[in-house]
Order: sequence, then C-alpha cells, then structure tokens
Amino acid sequence: MSYVGHTREEGAAMLAEIGVASFDDLLAQIPERFRLTGLLALPPALSETELRRLFAEHLSHNYDPAQTPSFLGGGIYDHAIPAAVDGLSSRAEFSTAYTPYQAEVAQGTLAAIFEFQTMICELTGMDVANASMYDGASAAAEAVLLARAANKGTRVLLPETVHPRTRGVVATYLDGTDCRVELIPERDGRLDGAALAQALEGGDRVAALIVQQPNFYGCLEALDALPETLRAGTPRGPHLIVSADPLSLGLLAPPALFGAQTVVGDLQPLGIPPQGGGPTGGYFATRQAWIRRLPGRLVAEARDAAGRRGFTLTLQTREQHIRRDKATSNICTNSALLMLRATIYLALVGPQGLREVAGQCLARGRYARRRLGEISGVTAVHGGPWFREFVLRLPQSAEQVVARVLDEAGILAGIPLARFDPARERELLVAVTEKRSCAEIDALVAALSAVLAGAPRGNGRTGERKAGG
Amino acid sequence: MKAEGTQVRDAGTAEACLPAGSIGLIFDLSVADHRGYRFPTLDVPAVEGEQELPKSLLRDRSPRLPEVTELEVVRHYTALSVLNHHVEKSLYPLGSCTMKYNPKINGELAQQPAAAFLHPDAPEGALQGLLAMLWHFERHLATIVGMEAVSLHPAAGAQGEMLGMKLFRAYHQQKGNQKREVLLPDSAHGTNPASVVLSGFTPRQIPSGPDGRIDLAALAEAIGETTAGIMITNPNTLGLFEHGIGEIAERIHAVDGLVYMDGANLNALMGLALPGQMGVDVIHLNLHKTFATPHGGGGPGAGPVGVSAALEPFLPVPLVARDGERFRIVTDRPHSIGRLHPYYGNVGVMLCAYAYVRSLGAEGLREASRAALINANYLMHKVDCAFPVAKRGACMHEFVSAAAWTRSHEVRNIDVAKRILDYGFHAPTVSFPLIVPDALMIEPTETETRRSLDLFAEALQAIAVEVREQPDVVRGAPHGTCIGRLDEAAAARRLRVRWNPPGEVDD
Amino acid sequence: MEIPDGLRYTKEHEWVRQEGAELVIGITDYAQEQLSDIVYVELPEEGAELVQDEPFGSVEAVKAVSDLCAPVSGVVESVNEALADDPGLINRSPYEEGWMVRARPSEAGELQELLSADQYGQLLAELEGEQG
Repeated sequence: MSYVGHTREEGAAMLAEIGVASFDDLLAQIPERFRLTGLLALPPALSETELRRLFAEHLSHNYDPAQTPSFLGGGIYDHAIPAAVDGLSSRAEFSTAYTPYQAEVAQGTLAAIFEFQTMICELTGMDVANASMYDGASAAAEAVLLARAANKGTRVLLPETVHPRTRGVVATYLDGTDCRVELIPERDGRLDGAALAQALEGGDRVAALIVQQPNFYGCLEALDALPETLRAGTPRGPHLIVSADPLSLGLLAPPALFGAQTVVGDLQPLGIPPQGGGPTGGYFATRQAWIRRLPGRLVAEARDAAGRRGFTLTLQTREQHIRRDKATSNICTNSALLMLRATIYLALVGPQGLREVAGQCLARGRYARRRLGEISGVTAVHGGPWFREFVLRLPQSAEQVVARVLDEAGILAGIPLARFDPARERELLVAVTEKRSCAEIDALVAALSAVLAGAPRGNGRTGERKAGG
Repeated sequence: MKAEGTQVRDAGTAEACLPAGSIGLIFDLSVADHRGYRFPTLDVPAVEGEQELPKSLLRDRSPRLPEVTELEVVRHYTALSVLNHHVEKSLYPLGSCTMKYNPKINGELAQQPAAAFLHPDAPEGALQGLLAMLWHFERHLATIVGMEAVSLHPAAGAQGEMLGMKLFRAYHQQKGNQKREVLLPDSAHGTNPASVVLSGFTPRQIPSGPDGRIDLAALAEAIGETTAGIMITNPNTLGLFEHGIGEIAERIHAVDGLVYMDGANLNALMGLALPGQMGVDVIHLNLHKTFATPHGGGGPGAGPVGVSAALEPFLPVPLVARDGERFRIVTDRPHSIGRLHPYYGNVGVMLCAYAYVRSLGAEGLREASRAALINANYLMHKVDCAFPVAKRGACMHEFVSAAAWTRSHEVRNIDVAKRILDYGFHAPTVSFPLIVPDALMIEPTETETRRSLDLFAEALQAIAVEVREQPDVVRGAPHGTCIGRLDEAAAARRLRVRWNPPGEVDD
Repeated sequence: MEIPDGLRYTKEHEWVRQEGAELVIGITDYAQEQLSDIVYVELPEEGAELVQDEPFGSVEAVKAVSDLCAPVSGVVESVNEALADDPGLINRSPYEEGWMVRARPSEAGELQELLSADQYGQLLAELEGEQG
C-alpha cells in the first residue's frame, strides 16, 4: 500500500496528456550514475493486519505499561492523562494541519497557541511565552543562547543538580560558540550556594545560571536565597534561567518572583504520554525586554477589517525564514500538537486541579519515602524540602535491585543513579505521582523488602518478556 | 465557490465588547469552581504544602487558568478545530512541506498505550521490543538514503541541520583542519544559514545560475582552504535536481570539506536515487514530510540524520546496538559529539514512520516518489498558463510559479494566496524561494488524485481571470473564511501575546 | 517617490540633513515603501558612537527587517522617542516626523561624500530598471 492517488495506467495517461513520453523522461535531470536500478533492500510490504501483528510481536518484548506500576521519573513522569486530551488532540483538524502560515484557515491552532502562551505566563509569572520548543532540555539551551545574545556573557553556570542530560544538551548546543560551561557543585542535593557566589564574583562575564526546580534529585532549590546579582535582573547582568516542572507550579511560586529572566521546562507532565522519551514538547517564557530575542513562533491577537478578533503569527522577522543567518534561533518547529495537549490538560484541571495534583504528588511521595525508609538498610539520601521525587540509598546495587523488583513483583522501582554517575551505584531515584495508589506503594515496599532480604523468587512476571509470554 | 463556512463561537460575556464572529477563547467560558477532571481520591495521609515546604517557595495566588466543565472544553476545542485547514479536508499544496496523507493505521499503532506509555529509563531488558524497532528503523532509513549509519536523535529538520554542523566541526577538529566557511546556495531554506551560524561557522552564499541550480563557476571560485563544506537541498527549493552534485562533492572533498544534503525534499527520490552515492556525507530526513507522520500544526516532527562511515564515530549518544538477538543502549563512544536529545529522539514519531516504511516496502516507497513526480509535473503543466512556472523543463516533486505578472493589476502574490483559500484549498508557500520574485511554491504530493489536481488547477485559472477582470475581489480576499485578513502590522505594533482578564486589557 | 533637495543620501537608502552643528538621520521614502508597514525601530542610546557604514539599529516591518547603517561617524545626541509608540510615522512622514537620530558628526568630510538628491534619484532609477 503506497496510498498514491493514481494507478500506473492513470499516471501514464497524465504524462501523455502533458507531452511526456515516459516516466524516465522526468528523471533525465538525475545523472544516470545516481539512479537506482534495483529495489531498495527493505522487508516486504505489509497489510494493516500484518502490520498490527508485527507491532504486537515487537511490543510483547517490552514491559506492559498498563500492568506495571511505575516509580520512574527523572524527567518523564507517569501522570494521569484525561481522556478528553487524547480525544480532542487526535482530531485530524489539529493533527494534519501545518504551521499556521495562513491565519484565516488556521484560527483553531492559532487560538489554542494564544491560550497556551497565556497559561504558561500565568504559571511562570513571565510576560511572554512561545510554543516552539522540542523539549525542556533544548529549551534550556535556547535560553542560554538568548542570555548570551542579551548580555554578551561567555560563562554558563550549570549546577550538578540540573538533570545530567539537560546539561549534556546545553553543552552540545554551546559547542562552537564562545560560551563555556562551568559546573557548580552539589551540596546535600542542592546547588552549593557558596560555590555559586564564588563563581559569580570572579572571572569573565557570566551569561546565565540554570536552576532546575524541582531539581534532578527532586529537591527544591532555594530560589529565594540566590545572590542578589541574579535576582536583580539588570539589563547586562547574568540571566537566571529556571527550568521548572510546569505541574509543580500549581503549588510552587512562579519563578518570575525570584528574578528569572527566562523560565523553561518540559511539557510532558501536562497530558503528554512518555512515548519512550519523546516527543514531549518544551515551553519557553521570558520578559517583555527580550521579546525580540525570543526563539520560535509567537502568536498575537489581531483584528480583521470588520474589527473581529483573530490570531496570527507575529514578530516573524526574528525567525530563520526571514532573518536567516541573523535569526534568534534556527528553530522552525512549532510544537503545536504537544502544546495543544498541555493547553487542554490545563483547561480541564483548572487552577484547583493543578494545585490538587501537585499536592497529591507531595502526599503520596511522603508516604512512599517514609514507608520505604522503614526497610532495613534503606535510607533517604537528602534532607530539606522536596516535591515528588527522592533518592534512596540501598544496601546493594540499585541496578540489580530494580531488575529483580521488576522481575519478581512487576513494579518499576525507580532509576538507578549509577547510569549518570558510577559513584552512585547504590542510589535509586524514585518518583511518585498522583497515579500511585497506597496499595501500589505498599506493594513496592513489600517487593523491595523481599528482594533486599534475599527472599526466594516469586512466580511474578518477568522484566524481559519472551515472545508470546 | 465559497469555502465551507464555519460558525465561530459567539464571544462570551467576559469579552462582550468584541464584535460577533470574533474567535472565542477558553478563558471567556470560565465560571468559578467549574471543574473538568477529577483526580484519584487521596488514599494516603494528606499533607499541606504549607507544612512541608517553605512558605517563600509557595505560590500565594492561583494561576488564572480557566475553570470549565469537560463538556465546555470538548465543545470549545471541537469548535476551534474546524477553523483549521488540514490534509483530510482538501489539497494542501504547501511547497517544501510535503503535506501528504497521514495513514490512520500508523498513528494508531504508534499511539497505542503499550507503546506510548513506555518510560525510556526502564531497564534495557524490559525495552527490547522498542529498541528492536528503533534499531530496524535506523537500518531501513540508512538503506533508503544509502548512508552508513543514522542517528534518530534530532527532533526536527532544523535540529538535524544543527547536528550536521556539529559533525562538520567534530570531523575538522579531529583532522586538525582550520575551517570556517560553509557554502549555501541562495535558494536555501532559512534554517540552513541559521544552523551554520549557531554552530560557529560563517555562511557564504553561492548564487544560482539561470537554470535555477547552483552556479558551478561561482562555486569553484568560492571554494578554498577554509571551506568546511556545503549545504545543498536536493532536489532544491525550485523542485529541480542539482545534477552537478557529483562534481560539487568532488570539489568540496578536494579541500577536505564535507557535503551536507538537506533532505527536506527526499519525497522525490525514494527508491529512485541514493544520496549516499552522490558524495553526500551527512543528510537529514523529515519524517513528518517524506514518511507521512502528521505535521501536528507545526510539530512535533523528527529529523533523523544519515552519515557516511567517516562521520559515524561522532554521532550523538545513546545509540542502539545489536548483539545477536539482544539490543543494547550504548553510551560509551569516545568521539561522540555528546547529547542532542535527552533520550532517543522523538520515538513516538519514529514508530509512526516505521509503520509507514513497513507498510510500503521498497516498491511502495518507489511508487510514492514516482507518483509525487507525476503529480507535480502534471499540475505544473496545468497551472503554467495561469501562473507561469519560474524555470522551464521537468520538475521533481514540486515547482515554483511566479505571480509577478499580477503586479500590473495591483495584485500581489499574497492576494492570490488568500484568494485560493476562498476556493477551499490551502495556499502554496508564498514568497519562497527568495530568488523567484512573487513565488508560489506548489507541492501536490503523491496521495492526490488527478481529479483533485484538476480542481486546484481550475481554481488557479479562475483566479488568474479574476486578477484581470475583478482585481478588487482578489485584493480583498479571503471572503469565505471564518475571519477576514488580519491586520498583522497593527498586531505587531500593539502586541498582545496573551489574554488578560477583563479590566486588565490595557495594562 | 519623494527625494527632497538639500539632503544627502546613501546607497542603503538613508538620508542626512544638516541642522546647525547636528545631523539628522532617517530612511528614505523609497526605503519605507519597500519595507511597507513598519512595526518597530531599534535605535541606539543617547551618547552612543556611530561609525560610518556600521549598523547602529534596525527597522522592522511585518515580513522584512533591515539594518540601519550609519551614513556618517559621530555621537548620538538624541533619538526620536515618538517612534517607539508610533513607528508608522516613518511610513507617513519619512523625512520629517519619521526622523530617527540626531548626531554630532566626528569626521568633517563624510557628509559631503554622500549622494546628492540627483545622484540618489539616478540610483533609484537604476534599481527600478533592474527589477522591471
């Protein structure tokens, strides 16, 4: 099935009608040595039925997310997704449209983006938000590029408490620029304030500091206690960039209050499934002062000749299709479908719902950490305030424990931190969302206790599922 | 014929000052304490934020999100949705965007919960099926473009371009080359120069010759010891195959430069020609164009990058490797440029494209490109009498018409584009490429029938007559859409980029 | 197309008018028409240094943006604050109300080397010829 609109015979007739003798005549502009004579070496074409079978076979070799309570987080969370989010965002009117270049036939997408921009401004306290970012990590990198363009700084301060993969993406983006990354060490799960103050004092001009809130370990950073130079927001001063989980902002104060020049984050918690890590969508919100340095698409209210309100892309001269080599960013994407999901999610839950879901994460997380901490040999690593995620120290290798808990109890216990830092071999990052029931948390406690106690293997499901098994 | 009229919502009481027919917003529908979703009942001890967290970090005022019932949400977004033009409505001939039909089955398979709810940090052993699909998909894409290896990481074509430029850097650094410039034809997409600059190179523009292809003499003059490489879109944005690409690659390689191919237009080449045989070192593909994943209103897409063997060591981590029947996630690659994406790229989009590749197979992919060429040439022939084609001769998958003649009737190409909306079609890409004055860039794709192409051609012919006989109608277009042409200048001068509660409108 | 006598012009379509010891700078009627509806002007701060042929600001329309190149070297004395609220002044009155900066020149000979109204008119005629 290739979904083409005409048969071979029709195609030949169409060519004949325009005076082309054979299809090969159309290929005359491709030098013969580049033309492919044989077929590509690909597996045979499949019907829908066969395709379903192929996917079912592949998917049977994964864990079954519907049957596996998950305490995995680290940037991707198992939050509830209202049915209406799927139902509405999967409408072809939204999903098969493209970037709203022709505003008169794209008011659906444009109005939704305008709503999204408003909601993100409300959550972050910032003046303006775009709807263009691929994910939270690249949004953080774009925020650094904005800071660098605004204040001409050459140093980017990255605390170790920022997700290591975000740090990696920022470093990749900065390769080839005059900016370099400086790590700010961690102290009890938070950025080391003294080290930060020192870094700000000496050396070349600082472009930006990125603070993740809640941070990679789930701890809350003391945004209210950052050095004054970061909070002041002076025009050429270093930019405070806060990478904030948007769901947490139902409870936590908008980062604008702490002097953030740009607030970024990943949209995944707001109604977007994990999808193996992407697409998740990012958000990017900044101050009015930087609106002409904003990367990506921006929508504004506009009026037609009759005075009716509509919406249109605006300030397009910032963008690559007009300013080319002088553009604020090379981004062309407009993460409309992901932004739409987040918008519908926020509309459904409203201010009270967002506060409630954040509060439930808080409550369920605390119950889980208390109960898990009662297991002999298991301790919570960090003190101080935290949100939905925490680090446990286990008496043995976390990677092995996770595999056994999955194998024996069918529960995903968390993310072993050794994947990011070999020195943290016994540490486990555990996330608890509003979806984790008391019974599921209790089952994790029981499974972890049993595994650590060396109890014999139960008759549970297996992490590595065999075909047909 | 008027476009299908759609009733927009009446403006709510909150914005009573708006004229009827204004586009409504969800905020207009908000009523205190209305809720659209219920979370699980809390079955663990409740805690208060105020007890657990420092007050200084807590919000003291609710965000002003709308308070609406589920039905209101559903009605609002359903009403908004029908204001969009989309592929399932009618022809969407946006040049360089490949607005082909997005088969239903692919989305269904990619979005099923067993796939969509997989967490990327689950143990490797519990993700073998996903890793297998990614590994196979990577191999299939490498086969389709004839390259040694593929990175699935880039979330979009522009991120693929950026990756390409990072690979250029890594290659030249390893070889100790002092390279600065990346050459670009003047017909390039705007993302190309932007990506070049973002990666610390200097773009240098190469003029197109009279036939619409890169001027080889000008290119030869521009190539020097500091040339890091070239970015070429092939077929180019005029819909023409750069038949000098072999010679261009030889010249670039002679100074140890690299060739980047912007594969935005790969829909013209599948199964017909292999970029890997043309001397290309890096190429990005757009899964949302060539591989039929939905454009999503502008995203998400995916922009995998194929590379030659020399560049393979530099690809971003992690990669999926295969040991017999087992698939592994590999992060230990000493020459890698590092991380571009937090995980493996836009997996959800890849699974959709994987289903597409598997359902078409080799013959189906070739058939798709073949039909794309036939449809474009057929339509070009039909449109030429109304809006002359910029460059003579056969085109590949798209062509560029010029609306310059309408200027003598005081009608601009944007007016023509707006008038096309009244006929129920989406407009072509307007004013691009920059080297054709008043360009209309048209790409019908292979999934359109002859009837659909004929209807579009007839519409353009009718509009050409209108330009001569009733230019006012064209200048004032569109007339049949849910809203008239918007005053973009006024919008940009008095920027309103968010909704404000009534009473705060003019703060 | 208006090209007032007595002003000096550049190939980048800026004009300069001498007023006492100061020079007033703006963009020509042709430039505003090419750009069409101007929505924003980025201007230097008072006291900023102008260097001949170097960009000192930019002018932005809906679908186009153009750098402003200093016709002469000097120091910015004042900028037209009215443009912040009403950039359309440039479209409506490019040579009067749409002026951009007032500067004190630092290189005496530069002004006289710029194009006269006649020379600028010839330049526009050539440009029109190329496009037509």
